Amino acid sequence: MKTKTAEVKEAVKEDREHLLELLRQMILIRRYEEKCSELYQATKIRGFMHLYIGEEASAVGVMQALTPEDSVVATYREHGQALARGVDGGEMMAEMYGKVEGSCRGRGGSMHIFDAKNRFFGGNAIVAGHLPLAVGIALADKMQNKPNVTALFFGEGATPEGEFHESLNMSALWQVPLLFICENNLWCMGTSIKYHSSNPEIYKKPPTYGIPSERVDGMDVLAVEAATKKAVQHIRDGNGPYFLEIMTYRYRPHSMFDADTYRPKEEVEAWKQKDCIQRLQGYMGQKGWLSDQDLDAIEKNVAAEVQRAVDFAEAGTWEPVEDLTRFIYSERRES
Amino acid sequence: MTTAAAPETVKWTYREACKQAIRDALNRDPKVFLMGADVGAYGGCFAVTKGLLQEYGRERIRDCPLCESTYTGIALGAAMNGMRPICEVMTVNFSLLALDQIMNNAATLLHMTGGMLNVPIVIRMATGAGRQLAAQHAHALEGWYAHIPGIKVLTPGTVEDARGMLWPALEDPDPVIIFEHQIMYNFEETITLPVNVDIDHAKVRRPGRDVTILTYGASLPKSMEASNTLAAEGIEAEVVDLRTLRPLDNETILNSVGKTHRALVVDEGWRSVGISAELSARITENIFYELDAPVGRICSAEVPMPYSRHMEQAALPQAATIVETVKGMVH
Repeated sequence: MKTKTAEVKEAVKEDREHLLELLRQMILIRRYEEKCSELYQATKIRGFMHLYIGEEASAVGVMQALTPEDSVVATYREHGQALARGVDGGEMMAEMYGKVEGSCRGRGGSMHIFDAKNRFFGGNAIVAGHLPLAVGIALADKMQNKPNVTALFFGEGATPEGEFHESLNMSALWQVPLLFICENNLWCMGTSIKYHSSNPEIYKKPPTYGIPSERVDGMDVLAVEAATKKAVQHIRDGNGPYFLEIMTYRYRPHSMFDADTYRPKEEVEAWKQKDCIQRLQGYMGQKGWLSDQDLDAIEKNVAAEVQRAVDFAEAGTWEPVEDLTRFIYSERRES
Repeated sequence: MTTAAAPETVKWTYREACKQAIRDALNRDPKVFLMGADVGAYGGCFAVTKGLLQEYGRERIRDCPLCESTYTGIALGAAMNGMRPICEVMTVNFSLLALDQIMNNAATLLHMTGGMLNVPIVIRMATGAGRQLAAQHAHALEGWYAHIPGIKVLTPGTVEDARGMLWPALEDPDPVIIFEHQIMYNFEETITLPVNVDIDHAKVRRPGRDVTILTYGASLPKSMEASNTLAAEGIEAEVVDLRTLRPLDNETILNSVGKTHRALVVDEGWRSVGISAELSARITENIFYELDAPVGRICSAEVPMPYSRHMEQAALPQAATIVETVKGMVH
């Protein structure tokens, strides 16, 4: 018997235009972040910066299932989710430059990308601290009878935290419309999941709280999209939260400060062999759906988009120092 | 919209005032709801919310499991998405489990997002000692919260403020914490309804000329008692109820001390690095040359709160100590 996931996957596989768009988005995230890395080395970007390179299929696949009214809550490794959600790459780059034209006026930096108009709620840098916020955002939708879903991204490093278990419990107890997306890249900073999780099969934990879950191949964007569509339908049908464990891998170190001495080079290489972009290209190539010209056009489109973002950031200005204490409290509008 | 109710005089306990404030908020705004541990079926650990579950139902009176950090974070998330939650965290000692959500999320989001995301949440909790609850249920840690930019800290010290502070706190677009003093729940006062409380200003509770007593919460009635004793001896103390510990109302504080030329801070928090230290610093920074005496401080002893009654009372500020200290300052 075919599962719903398999059916969605079959349907998606037959849509060339859609696959081209998925490919473009994944390549955009990768090239954007390669540029971020370069700009970090050039000291244009400072602070902590965490790259998503290798994990692009997760963000891009998940976003296909969401509407503009849905909410997204992510971690400090959020450039990929932000771009896939439609956050302007220029505003995000300006934010990383610390410019006032940035999405948060340059006050948050790489770890704190927020964009209310896209319902993108961070960019949260306390591991697991954003999980309760997402439960609350979903609760508010439910209490206001809105048909929205909240998509909550976190790494497997958040799963030993109390707030992870508490959020599973409360979201199930209150049946809120929440999609948990655990991006399991096997390394919590420099600690292997073998050494931080008594049961490294994360997807086996949520069912003990009454939440259905699924483990997904995070290097296959079509698998991620299909699993997310199924999960989101389950949630929109009023069945409460759902949990996806997306098996993925970051090719880059934890952050720009990380010498990456804790994991074998062979492991990194082995995951690169499963690369999500290569994989989709290969599939489309077999179908005869991706010519060199197509790929060239995507690369050109993406390069222009990245350049536009950099130009926007470069042209940005600094927030006046006099504004330092603005927004400690809301500026009340005269009514 | 609503017609103004005719003034009405009621004799209420502080507990009843807190409860009626919550009822009023639930009636006024469908976006308001209450969540916290044992707020529903149990009726609140200090019986403040008794009967509200029956009156408003489980959607709006939400019993939470014991996970202070997560349920506080859920209230924050709901506040970010259109609701107006009142989150009850039994006591200030338990709220330390939720400090991550209060400090790292509630207090930072507006500034960190350049004004994009405000968090209109109200958190209520009981504070303070006097009921022999010992060292894990009875501290006065509101000064810790008052250290944090981005939140507002309210400390009702009268029945009227207990009734009147919640609604303006809910109307505030930013996070507000209300510290209800647990010894005060049984205090009774006659107040006139409707109350109209201004949460942005301190209030002179008793005018006087010889010394200013700066205080708040359960130290307010002690200071009032002391000022009555002092008046019988010809010493007129002005009692200023701080009411809001963050932001502090500099103007009222400095005006009063500038007039009396003497200041005594009575604070149930610990002395070191606390509210009393802050007030003393502000006074000397701003009106040092107006002072006729060094700023005095009466605070709790710097110990974990003991259980036995005589030891607990010995650790707390007392009216008699206030009287003696003021006499020493004015003579």
